[in-house]
Amino acid sequence: MRRRGLVLRKTIDISMKLLSILFVTVAVAVMLWILYTVCSKGIEAFSWSFFVEPTKPYGIPDGGIANALLGTVIITIGAVIIGVPPGLLGGIYLSEFARNSKLGNIIRFSANVMMGIPSIICGLFVYAMLVYSTKHFSGFAGSVALSVIMFPVILRTTEDMLCMVPDALRESALAIGMPRWRATFSIVCKAASSGLVTGVLLAIARVSGETAPLLFTALWSDDWPFTFFTQPTANLTVTINEYATNSPFNVMHTRAWGAALVITFIILILNISCRIIFKNKEHAS
Amino acid sequence: MSYCNKKLIQPEYSDRIFKVLTGAAAILAALLMLGFFVQLFWYALPSIKTFGWRFLISSEWDPVKQVYGALPSILGTLITTGIAVLIAVPVSFIVSMFLVESAPAWFSVPVSYALDLLAAIPSIIYGMWGLFVFVPFMQSTVQPFLANTLHLKSIPFFGGNYNGFGFLTSGIILALMILPFVSAVMRDVFKMVPSVLKESAFGAGATSWEVTYDITMKYGARGLLGAVFLGLGRAVGETMAVLFVIGNIQTMPKSFFQAGTTIAATLANNFAEAEGIFKSSLFELGLILLVMSFLIQVLAQLWLKRISRQMGES
Repeated sequence: MRRRGLVLRKTIDISMKLLSILFVTVAVAVMLWILYTVCSKGIEAFSWSFFVEPTKPYGIPDGGIANALLGTVIITIGAVIIGVPPGLLGGIYLSEFARNSKLGNIIRFSANVMMGIPSIICGLFVYAMLVYSTKHFSGFAGSVALSVIMFPVILRTTEDMLCMVPDALRESALAIGMPRWRATFSIVCKAASSGLVTGVLLAIARVSGETAPLLFTALWSDDWPFTFFTQPTANLTVTINEYATNSPFNVMHTRAWGAALVITFIILILNISCRIIFKNKEHAS
Repeated sequence: MSYCNKKLIQPEYSDRIFKVLTGAAAILAALLMLGFFVQLFWYALPSIKTFGWRFLISSEWDPVKQVYGALPSILGTLITTGIAVLIAVPVSFIVSMFLVESAPAWFSVPVSYALDLLAAIPSIIYGMWGLFVFVPFMQSTVQPFLANTLHLKSIPFFGGNYNGFGFLTSGIILALMILPFVSAVMRDVFKMVPSVLKESAFGAGATSWEVTYDITMKYGARGLLGAVFLGLGRAVGETMAVLFVIGNIQTMPKSFFQAGTTIAATLANNFAEAEGIFKSSLFELGLILLVMSFLIQVLAQLWLKRISRQMGES
């Protein structure tokens, strides 16, 4: 064995420790820097009119983000309606019928791969599917794009959560004569309910901050999002993109920061509540 | 499976519907994956027919003459991803090592929690912060320091003018973005190492760094590589964080300080006004990005599968 001097080894050890403290400090400091910028610049934009007025065209003062906020909520709800049911059902199939089957493995593999596909590709895919064929951008297309991103995430978390339910529960439900679907929905899913809710909430948190897929599908507009199925629909993230990059006005930049703070806040709240739900359940059981 | 003994339970009609319905939903995953390729290939076909293989190696980008090449975008993607991984992987290795091995709990628990939350922050926030805060900082402080104080400007790839935008800035922003993800996976890997192994190394007189380097790292090497793949997959297709700070110019990359473009940035930047063959070339760019990230993901999946199989055997 190679011999190294004690002093050298100690020096390396201490310097690595110092280096790691330095790196952790830098990483945390940069993160705090980002959050501080978003908070301090975003809060400047906050006012009553910011939350109740719709966005206005360039140069017109005192616009808000109300329509974009509503649009983001509607598009996300649309994505949940389209993406969550097949995700849950597919997850049930994987955990209840296809634990070790070949088909199950293929599906699992493609869901894992799909989770890593860039969101802009999902946007491009839905653009080709819905926008190109119908010749108009729409909030609905945005919902579909987000649901395509959500679907594999929910599929996999559902499967993981249901697999944690012990088989004895399934067996006793079937033993008292329940049909398979009834046993799955009212026994297995119920036992895993907090996990399922966490999975769905995390998926929502993940897609509600997406911008790239919406650029190709929902686009943006200054109107209220009442023409969800046929017209470009306002949403927070694309509005941030427009205000931050395509506008020379400082007011617009401030409004973009305000919108950024709103979306960050929503996503952090979603994430923290997921953790709390899951943690409470773990402690309870 | 033991609990679906057909002799005891009559296979009801409703259960068959249930199985078919759930199965259909699950197969959707595989179909969508296939649909991505079919759809993008179909719309890229005019461009593939027009430009052929030259699309991949041509750097021409002329909307007037309707001639397009993907090379600047592809190289830009590779460069920014490379910088991001080069920065993020060592930093998250050391950060997660510190958090798991040596930091006290009052420090490591809240910091780990904060890192997890930061992974959730949307990429457009990173992009915006990059544009308004980090680009001026790069221009006024970091790039002059690198170019003049360290005299890197005489080395190729670091010369030329700088204005804050460009590959280096994008790479750093991407590194910040993927750091929480990579360090989360690495923390799991560090936690998996059996403490008996570490304790016996400490007992033999090893220092903490030697334990980390010789025991933890070698034990978890494969898991760590999985983390690298994960970061790579995140960085390669990231759009918004890069779009704001790359500069969006279709030129061949000559220097890390120079502005350029990536595949995702080109797509997001030009798609709205593109028509005809231009749009088709953008679809072909999308197809290239899809193939790149698909390969990364498939490799990562196969790799992780092999690990878990080997771990299961041992």
